[in-house]
Amino acid sequence: MSKERLIYLDNNATTPTDPRVVETMLPFFHEIPGNAASRNHPFGWSAAEGVDYARDQIADLIQVDNKEIIFTSGATESNNLAIKGVFEMYGRKGNHIITVTTEHKAVLDTCQNLERRGAEVTYLNVNEHGLINLEELEAAITDKTILVSVMWANNETGVIQPMKEIGEICNKHGVLFMSDATQAVGKIPVHPKELGIHLMSFTAHKMYGPKGVGALFVNRKNPRVKVTAQIDGGGHERGMRSGTLNVPGIVGFGKAAELAKKEMAADAERLSKLRDKLEKALCETLEETKVNGTTEYRMPHVTNISFKHVEGEGLMMTFNQNIAVSSGSACTSASLEPSYVLVAHGLGDDEVHSSIRFSLGRFTTEEDIDFTIEALQKGVNHMRDLSPIWEMFKEGVDLNTVEWSEH
Amino acid sequence: MAYSEKVIEHFKHPKNVGTLDKSSKSVGTGLVGAPECGDVMRLQIEVDEESKVIKDAKFKTFGCGSAIASSSLATEWLKGKTLDEAQAIDNMDIVEELALPPVKIHCSVLAEDAIKSAIEDYKSKNA
Repeated sequence: MSKERLIYLDNNATTPTDPRVVETMLPFFHEIPGNAASRNHPFGWSAAEGVDYARDQIADLIQVDNKEIIFTSGATESNNLAIKGVFEMYGRKGNHIITVTTEHKAVLDTCQNLERRGAEVTYLNVNEHGLINLEELEAAITDKTILVSVMWANNETGVIQPMKEIGEICNKHGVLFMSDATQAVGKIPVHPKELGIHLMSFTAHKMYGPKGVGALFVNRKNPRVKVTAQIDGGGHERGMRSGTLNVPGIVGFGKAAELAKKEMAADAERLSKLRDKLEKALCETLEETKVNGTTEYRMPHVTNISFKHVEGEGLMMTFNQNIAVSSGSACTSASLEPSYVLVAHGLGDDEVHSSIRFSLGRFTTEEDIDFTIEALQKGVNHMRDLSPIWEMFKEGVDLNTVEWSEH
Repeated sequence: MAYSEKVIEHFKHPKNVGTLDKSSKSVGTGLVGAPECGDVMRLQIEVDEESKVIKDAKFKTFGCGSAIASSSLATEWLKGKTLDEAQAIDNMDIVEELALPPVKIHCSVLAEDAIKSAIEDYKSKNA
């Protein structure tokens, strides 16, 4: 494999900032240096103009009012603000929150934090396709329920939850509905108001904008939703999030939103074809290979594949000089825990350890995919030649009957 | 995570990959780890009946780069050693040789376990 070729198929981790976004941001570092909160001089006015324009661009992308966009440092902060903010603001109404086991840690860890502060949290399971059961959701709602938090699209599998139906259930029971839409905004049409979503987190760096800037949509009318600020000091962003605005970042976020609105449909169509080509080639040429999560309701640019009897991190090492992907096996972390998202799909730990996530992006080319297909075929075969489990499987040994020495 | 050059070299060009006849009396097989944990190592030794010296060693490993490198290195070290010498191989020797980071020490522990388990298997066959 050539050393030079570098292929980035980890766009769900972060996307490269679009050069057009970078260009839009640049004047806001030096030429327009003001603080958007400085109301008394042209430096401040220009900065505020940049922020206002970006707010409009973002509001336009998700079809909300510009006053409903609260800028934050990223989706993790937005999730914290939404969930903790609702818990504190609506504490008198109840203490029960419903979420899903496959949510991002920014939601799960926040919920766990609130459990220590007296919250009751229901974690809904998903089926083998990665989807929640709507009847279970409805049955879980009690008169103490203040919030349902369901991510729009999963970061590891790209699986899209039935947002419209969830919105209807929440509306029926008068419960606030929040969504972590980090992986969906800018990639597929996301219009929270149409689906009865009251709060929604997203971030610039998953949609070809810069890192370090995110947003929380907070519904302003019918109902007027309020969240208790988690960061105090100055009352910026309508009192919900204090702190000097990251003007260049916000301007870039706005430009990224504008580009996404224009190019989303074409990007999605092109990337889904490339993704399908990759998936088809790997599943057809390599035995014991399967796609994780539903292929019916999912993002156009993501696939998560298990290559049975091959360990993901080892497999990645066969090509990671050239190709960046992500593994469901967290062998690099101290915990050695496999992906909880895939475990929630009912996959065995062995299958989870064998999984790789490929997330394509705006800058992925067909040549990238052709190169990746070939590298994966070679890599999987190499690892299977080395794998005692593969050998046992080929010999017809039932791996479930082997007495493993767990360590 | 960045791997050491020695790990990469063993990973790319693993030594002694293969399978010995596990039913043979002169072969000891150690199978350690579990697919659920993300590591399975099978290490085999073939012992000369007269001298009790390990004349061949083979492995197959399901695992990350460090696990594969650890088992590849172990088979290299085993060849030409007596059973007593082999028994004395310590996982920290592997850690040092491959410059494994702390999160990968379990790979070396697994290799040591595989060596001991293969020796035990040989001894029980020849008791």
